[in-house]
Amino acid sequence: MSGFLAIRAIAKRWSSDVAVGPITLDIARGEILALLGPSGSGKTTMLRLLAGFEAADAGRIAVGDEDVTAMPPARRRIGMVFQHYALFPHLDVGDNIAFGLHGGGGAAVEQKVLQALALVDLAGFERRRVHELSGGQQQRVALARALAPEPRVLLLDEPLSNLDPALRERTRRELRQVIKRIGITTVFVTHEQEEAFDLGDRIAVLNGGRLEQVGVADELYERPVNLFVATFVGRANVFRGRAARDLGGDQTPDGQVLVVRPERLQFGASGLPGMVREVRYTGPATFFLVEGEEGERFEVLAQPDAARIDERVHVAATRVIVLPEPGTRR
Amino acid sequence: MSRARWTLAIAIALTVLLAWLVLYPIAVVGAEATNATAWHDFVTRPGEWAALWASLWISLASVVLAAAIGIPLAFLFEWFDFPGRKTLGALIALPVVLPPLVGVIAFLFLYGESGFVARAIQALFKLEHAPWELQGPLAILLVHAYSMYVYFYLFTRAGLARLDVSMLEAAQALGADRRGTLWRVVVPLLRPSLAGAAILTFMTSLGSFSAPYIFGGGFRVMTTQIVATKLNGDLPLAMVETVVLAAVAVVALLILRRTEGNDILVALGKGIAPRPRPIRRAGVRRLTTIAGWGLAVLLLLPHLTLGLVSLVPYGAWTTEILPPVINFDNYRRLLSEAERLRPLLNSLWMASASTAAAVLLALVAGWLVVRRRVAPLLRRMIEGLLVLPWALPGTVFAIALAIAFSTNAPLQLRFVLVGTAVILPLAYLVRGLPLTGRGLLAAYRQLDPSLEEAAASLGAGRWRTLARVTLPQLRPGLAAGASLAFVAALGDIVASIVLYTYETRPISIEILSSLRLAETGVAAAFGVVLMIVSAVVLGVGARR
Repeated sequence: MSGFLAIRAIAKRWSSDVAVGPITLDIARGEILALLGPSGSGKTTMLRLLAGFEAADAGRIAVGDEDVTAMPPARRRIGMVFQHYALFPHLDVGDNIAFGLHGGGGAAVEQKVLQALALVDLAGFERRRVHELSGGQQQRVALARALAPEPRVLLLDEPLSNLDPALRERTRRELRQVIKRIGITTVFVTHEQEEAFDLGDRIAVLNGGRLEQVGVADELYERPVNLFVATFVGRANVFRGRAARDLGGDQTPDGQVLVVRPERLQFGASGLPGMVREVRYTGPATFFLVEGEEGERFEVLAQPDAARIDERVHVAATRVIVLPEPGTRR
Repeated sequence: MSRARWTLAIAIALTVLLAWLVLYPIAVVGAEATNATAWHDFVTRPGEWAALWASLWISLASVVLAAAIGIPLAFLFEWFDFPGRKTLGALIALPVVLPPLVGVIAFLFLYGESGFVARAIQALFKLEHAPWELQGPLAILLVHAYSMYVYFYLFTRAGLARLDVSMLEAAQALGADRRGTLWRVVVPLLRPSLAGAAILTFMTSLGSFSAPYIFGGGFRVMTTQIVATKLNGDLPLAMVETVVLAAVAVVALLILRRTEGNDILVALGKGIAPRPRPIRRAGVRRLTTIAGWGLAVLLLLPHLTLGLVSLVPYGAWTTEILPPVINFDNYRRLLSEAERLRPLLNSLWMASASTAAAVLLALVAGWLVVRRRVAPLLRRMIEGLLVLPWALPGTVFAIALAIAFSTNAPLQLRFVLVGTAVILPLAYLVRGLPLTGRGLLAAYRQLDPSLEEAAASLGAGRWRTLARVTLPQLRPGLAAGASLAFVAALGDIVASIVLYTYETRPISIEILSSLRLAETGVAAAFGVVLMIVSAVVLGVGARR
């Protein structure tokens, strides 16, 4: 398959030991792709390569069959929302949005500004000063400004990191609604798994400049291809040696590790023995921190009354993921 | 007394003291400049109008010239990378270490009719006379451009360094090309910096005295006109001229302030300035480096000239292109002859005393304005009084102090200070207040109050907190302001020429009298001493 946004073996070398890529990715028209990874994983570099702010050392980028690899940012017709929004402080909201609109005369521009503002639910804000807006409003203005010139692709750099947590979830839903309504192909960067799952159609996990896995949320969660993805996406207990054999039976040969999600562990009459060391109540369920006999520590998600602190318990797994030990990579 | 009352008492005392220092002398001149004949003279004499007009157009032309040199240099050094960028970038700001009078005499020795360049050309083409005279408005503009482009250079560089790179990228992502980005984003965001530099250049030119005094000849600007009138003994007319110059300065400042705009142009995001781009084409890069070093040499020529002239003993150099003898005779005389050592010591102690006082007043003002809940009216008055001397040319204050403090009327808070050792430090103090005040208020505002609260919660008393937490945190702002004030006082000529007595004469006056006696070597040696002390003090003050 060749996507609307096609990334072919793109690579950027910063120094002898810091490099991003080569990465190949296809993003379908209208799809929202999340670039997920810890800091330094190369996700922001990827976004800047797509925008054209960085020049690739190798590989190609194409938008709708047009090769844009050598094209300057101004001609790529790719909209971008910056992490800190980069709203022009010397212009008001309306002029910020009109910045990327050319031609068609003043009335046409005016019309598009109003449309863009209506789209992000900020009608009537066109003559406001940028610094008078709240963080959430600034974020929406930045989105309206990026969308107003009708770009082919929308890029978002940590779009929600500047908002307080209470606002974040609501904004996330609204953002997804707006993007889906206009059907624009979107790539966004985040270091939060929850945000990637909630906002993205598919998620690309990056680590150390390499693409580890691409897939929909449950694929990444249930079938991670390696230990990094398993532990970075969602909570995971990692078992080795005897504990792994106790839990997974004979499924774990040498050089393999066993990964079990906390909700896939349960207390029972038999299984891996251990002692409950901490209990963390989170409302719907409770995390029990259990210490095994060899000093290994792991989390069990269960009902609040399932165990007490300092209680001796046995733990069994309902579903396990077997992965190669890092370093013995394919 | 309760703590709040103490605060109020100190605030009122400080306001009264500042008003007496800064506002009162001006008010006295304003009230006494009521002589109808003097006003009639001022309005009807064409020379007065010519001087006023000259002040205005020289200042405007200085702004244009300084901007034309300083802004492109700032872009070059902030946005492009080439070999020697860092060293050259610092060298290019060097004209600031030349106090105004020293810069002027350096120009005189270098480009004057008997300076190096003129002598070289005269010898080269075997001319009978010097090829030019360094006189009149062009000479003044040359010196102004040389000493004031630094304002534009430094302000623009600082503005560019604050620029958020994502602003530029956002413009590009929205389809703006390089020129569009420059005009629609960079220039508007730089506006406060550019306006600040323009205001500083204009006000400095308007108050400039050394260059018009040395190079003006028959061409008078308001500052030299006022001093000439005062020396002629026509005090009523001098007062009228002073009031007019003060009014022009205030009006100009009000108009120029509008160009700054009231936009809040601080970037909303975290500003990370664009990295300098290497110049790729080898030829262009080499040319830039060569041009940069050429420029640096050109800018350093006055400093070097001054150094060389200071090594030429009296009467040793007549018609040769280069001096035939050089030794340290002038420096030896400067340090061994009591009458020459005195101005040096005078300047040092007066500058130190005035700077110390200016720092102390600024500290109290900063503490009151930023940390204590002083009534807004008092706060605004204190801040306004601190910066007022910056808005008015030094000549205005010199005349105002000369008039306000030559009468003994204790009930009016007027004492005879003119002719005593107090008047010059007082004048320097007034001129230094805006420098220490601004530096300290800015530093105080950036100081996180929770640091002082943390010290208090850890058991430190008021004085220990001040000594161990507050002052160390304020040190950079304090040192910057204090070093500027000290250097300004040390090199001052504007106030000194109006207020000095033979016993209290500072270096600048001694330089003028040495020049008059054709002792160029001694004048240059004084200039070198001033230059080195200024450079060292500014260097220490700029350390973080």
